[in-house]
Amino acid sequence: MLGNLSVSLWRGGKDGRYESYHVPRRASQTVLDVVTFVQRHIDPTLSYRFACRVGVCGSCAMTVNGKPRWTCRTHVAKVAGSGRLEIGPLENLPVIKDLATDMEAFFEKWQKAQGVFAPSKTRHEEIEQIRPDSPARRLADAAIECINCGVCYAACDTVRWNQDYLGPAALTRAWTLLNDQRDAGGAARLQAVAAPGGCHSCHSHQSCQELCPQALNPTAAIAGLKRRTTAAYLKGEIKA
Amino acid sequence: MTMRLYVWQRATAALMVPLVIIHIAVIFYASRKGMTAADILSRTRGSVVWASYYGLFVAAASIHAAIGVRNVLTEWSSLYDRRAGLFAIVFGLLLAALGVRAVYAVVLS
Repeated sequence: MLGNLSVSLWRGGKDGRYESYHVPRRASQTVLDVVTFVQRHIDPTLSYRFACRVGVCGSCAMTVNGKPRWTCRTHVAKVAGSGRLEIGPLENLPVIKDLATDMEAFFEKWQKAQGVFAPSKTRHEEIEQIRPDSPARRLADAAIECINCGVCYAACDTVRWNQDYLGPAALTRAWTLLNDQRDAGGAARLQAVAAPGGCHSCHSHQSCQELCPQALNPTAAIAGLKRRTTAAYLKGEIKA
Repeated sequence: MTMRLYVWQRATAALMVPLVIIHIAVIFYASRKGMTAADILSRTRGSVVWASYYGLFVAAASIHAAIGVRNVLTEWSSLYDRRAGLFAIVFGLLLAALGVRAVYAVVLS
């Protein structure tokens, strides 16, 4: 027995409050394990979201001791050296209840940034050969492992200040697709990310790349979008 | 921020990089040489080069700062784009007027 953790969990909606619980400390315990213990052994009405528990689905992100993290892969020993944990819903998203946020705006912005692959060929055409070591493919691959967890969106100051800002995840997705040689939606995508609330709103604070659980670098992707859109604007390919 | 404002802000920033370096070099030169105000004015009065240099500096700084202030207002205040834009234009014109007045005093008065 390793003793008890003192855990504060956000309860209720927007006007809720933190409530304290004591959870037994265990070896290799994750933050998600702590939340699950409370729900299964102390208060079954606790609401939170998770699915895979192994860092693939991106659904369990929460604010842990002030920072957004994927809770299933965040060990208590890493973030609660003092033995205290404060776990809340993600910032910059409306709270549904307790630790569950409404992700609708986050995913709508993916659509707004034209984050959907636009095929350039039909199934009847020959499959295009893509060299994995080509410069464009390397840029596309750099952020292909985004799991849509919302950590970068919750960490972003610009999202907090500007509700129209598309956010790091949607813009990084747009950058990935712009560099995908098989995609045909580049022109509309450039126009979408150059609109007000697009890539030019980013202040390069870099909280997204500091906290991204997949160690991606959205700031670099957004910088790429800024360069690409500026060149297109100066050539008259996109409108202001 | 719109694409147009972004390009103007970055372009004026790029323009100001050499202007600021020259400006600081001039300050060091004048202070190390122990030049008086009269010495400096004797060199700047009637100079098309200094009038153009500081005139360009004032224009770039006014545009750059006004766009920045507009951004701060839209993000940190309750002003929306249109009102923030109007405030920023007034702020930019004020900076330009103060700058032109200073250039006039150093070059033409």
